[in-house]
Amino acid sequence: MEYALQAWMLASASLVLLMTTPALALFYGGMSRSKSVLNMMMMSFSAAGVVGLVYVLWGWSMTYGTQDVALLFSNPFELFGLRNVEGATYLTVGFQLTFAVITAALISGAVADRLKFSAWLLFVPLWVTLSYFPLAHMVWGGGFLSGAQNGLADLVFSGDGGAAVAPVDYAGGTVVHINAGVAGLVLALLLGRRIGFGKEPMKPHNLTLTMLGAGLLWFGWFGFNVGSWVPGDLTGDAMGQYWLDETSLVWLNTTVATCAAIVGWLVVEKIRDGHATSLGAASGVVAGLVAITPACGALSPLGAIALGIVAGVACALAVGLKYRWNYDDSLDVVGVHLVGGLIGTVAIGVLSTSGGIAYGHSPKLLVVQAAVALFAVLWSAVATLVVGLVVKAIVGLRVHEDDEVEGIDGVEHGESAYDLVGARSGGLGGSKHLAGSTHVSEGV
Amino acid sequence: MKLVTAVIKPHKWEDVREALETFGVTGMTVSEVSGYGRQKGHTEVYRGAEYDIALVPKIRIEIVVEDGDADDIVGIIVKTAQTGRIGDGKVWVSGIDTVVRVRTGDRDASAI
Repeated sequence: MEYALQAWMLASASLVLLMTTPALALFYGGMSRSKSVLNMMMMSFSAAGVVGLVYVLWGWSMTYGTQDVALLFSNPFELFGLRNVEGATYLTVGFQLTFAVITAALISGAVADRLKFSAWLLFVPLWVTLSYFPLAHMVWGGGFLSGAQNGLADLVFSGDGGAAVAPVDYAGGTVVHINAGVAGLVLALLLGRRIGFGKEPMKPHNLTLTMLGAGLLWFGWFGFNVGSWVPGDLTGDAMGQYWLDETSLVWLNTTVATCAAIVGWLVVEKIRDGHATSLGAASGVVAGLVAITPACGALSPLGAIALGIVAGVACALAVGLKYRWNYDDSLDVVGVHLVGGLIGTVAIGVLSTSGGIAYGHSPKLLVVQAAVALFAVLWSAVATLVVGLVVKAIVGLRVHEDDEVEGIDGVEHGESAYDLVGARSGGLGGSKHLAGSTHVSEGV
Repeated sequence: MKLVTAVIKPHKWEDVREALETFGVTGMTVSEVSGYGRQKGHTEVYRGAEYDIALVPKIRIEIVVEDGDADDIVGIIVKTAQTGRIGDGKVWVSGIDTVVRVRTGDRDASAI
């Protein structure tokens, strides 16, 4: 039985990696302007490159090492480079690695068109070290935001040898979505608005890519949520039965919450804007998936539908806040991931079948969930601010004004996404190949 | 010789081409263009942000014809491309000094 379930974990880890490369790259890339789509996609691909290495070097050790430091993180050197780690544990390392990758990549939506690529490459490893690994340790590694003794929940409602009511974050409402959402907000504020924000049209250049990306994200999310079950001490057939019960519920909740969020988002658009849009449907998919992420094991399917509708409606309204408050969270990391993550995390206190007030339980779980969400917001904000200021001091954050207007793809990557000049005749490209050369011609 | 230029709705292009072919027009230059007139543009909304899209996609047809055919061809285009709704486009006629067929070097009437 254990072998069969480990095979599912291999598939899950692979599905979660698909969420970053290519799903998120497509989702964000389609929403970018055509002059910056490659940079947007490169932020996802390079996050995979950098975080994958860092996770093996010290990420695993900081998250799941045994030498805890003040319940905030574990000693990064204990299992540095996966020292003393072997066998099937590599599978868990791989699964967790893919979560760190996508969390960092999610932030890139807030900084479209204007962040230096060197700044991104420096930001990502520092940010996962100061924000992601500690929060993952706090929530999943038995740290401050788990039910551990002297943890936050224990400080609020103390129990016998730990918290009376343990916080719930099944697959990353706090660690992934609140964390990435807050980081996106702080980094966007440090970076400033794009030239022409709120005045020039900055409409998505290819919504078919965005729809494709949203669909692939949904598919990959089955690895994300359904792979996040924890067998505890069970073995053999008991483990198999628990796995079947648990994953059946989680798969269905993940799906129906997403369905409901699509409907919720589109109803808001139809009433407010007059049209139900494809971008709205794609955004509703992600809003629903974000909100159900922490809650997918705690709710009934009807509860998941209720959560999905609330998340779809709330996120559809929240994406307008950046124009009112004048911050340029370009692709709505705040409006979707922070708002969706907060709603999902807090809603567990209402809708959890085993502790929510909607089922007649005391408000203790609600209080614990809200406290955990607030702490995650604060931790991520401070960590991101520190990392952002360090990166700004070392390499600077923003590309030159002229380069931003011209398009970041050409400046940072020396490429253009689309070569449509002369696409029909083949003769009007305006560029020439310099045989065997290492430099680029000055064509169109 | 005259140059007849027409800017029409894209979905009317096939009808116009057929009618012109029936009349005896043997060739033309067609381009996809954008612009606006009284129709103006339209608005699009992305995640609640409303954008004015000023430019409307159109098809531009250019035909070089003999002086005597110009009025008939204008008539055919207007009749075929008309929907009666705003945004049907425009047709105009201008004078041409010389036409040369690149393949043979023929000039003017025999080049048309």
